[in-house]
Amino acid sequence: MNRIRHFGQFWYEFLVGDDWMAALSVVAALGATALLADGTLNPWWLLPIAVAGILAMSVRREAAARRAGVELPPDLTEPPFE
Amino acid sequence: MTPTVVLVVSAFLASAVEMVEALTIVLALGVTRGWRSVTIGAAAAVAALTLVVAALGPALTQVPISALRLVVGTVLLVFGLQWLRKAILRSAGVRALHDEDEVFAREIDESRHADRRTVARLDWYAFTLSFKGVFLEGLEVAFIVVTFGSTEGHIGLAAAGAGAALIVVGTVGAFVHRPLSRVPENSLKFAVGVMLSAFGMFWSAEGAGVSWPGEDLAILGLIAFLLAVAFGLIALLRRDARTPTPTVSSGR
Repeated sequence: MNRIRHFGQFWYEFLVGDDWMAALSVVAALGATALLADGTLNPWWLLPIAVAGILAMSVRREAAARRAGVELPPDLTEPPFE
Repeated sequence: MTPTVVLVVSAFLASAVEMVEALTIVLALGVTRGWRSVTIGAAAAVAALTLVVAALGPALTQVPISALRLVVGTVLLVFGLQWLRKAILRSAGVRALHDEDEVFAREIDESRHADRRTVARLDWYAFTLSFKGVFLEGLEVAFIVVTFGSTEGHIGLAAAGAGAALIVVGTVGAFVHRPLSRVPENSLKFAVGVMLSAFGMFWSAEGAGVSWPGEDLAILGLIAFLLAVAFGLIALLRRDARTPTPTVSSGR
């Protein structure tokens, strides 16, 4: 059971990383793009704007957390691996 | 033509930066535990990664292209933003830079004190750590090769870019016998993060039904846009770091 949990945790860390809100926001922005593209619009501009905002919020969130001394989880894709 | 060149360069850079990190682990283990088990572990990891690419690559090309671009583009965008985010935070001094010399010293210290159990005539600690190091660092490269290659229909080219980096880093490491601490790892990660995110945006939006102005050339525009955003964020974070945090008055 522990191995399965570790396996799942590894893939979650690998694909989603330590900011699930950023990942979820990307999916939401793509959903909005798909909805708008279904109509007469060609919303090519939406995703770049959304990504810029998501990136800005994500880095500022971590910077604020580090300044406040919040302990952040280790990065599972970087050494040490044991 | 342009996406193909960017694809090969991205695979090469991503592979180079991951292989530099894997090389540090392999060198530290080889120096302290001997080369046989370490080399077998690293070779087994490369073989396993080759199998992953060989199995997943052709399977993905069977998926309809628009669905493939939406799914792969989304995953690549989320993945690329992780690289870019960390590179921005490191460039701004919020996160510590990855120090290969420090990792090398730590690995040497740990491997000197680790147990010397032998399994199938292999130093088990050296074999498993070498395998894990190369496999886990290489998994990101395999992921990039498979996603980039299948979406653009050039798995062979993406794999060649990654393979070239493996040969270059491996050859330099074999001659130098020291961690490649002078390689500007964060700059490489920054570049790869920008490229993965740009391709991720391009493909996922196309899969969602968007037509990019300028078609394939839009990728260059997206790269320029992301670079501008990233440098702007670094400048903002540095400015924030210089600004003293206001102290909260107790009101008494």
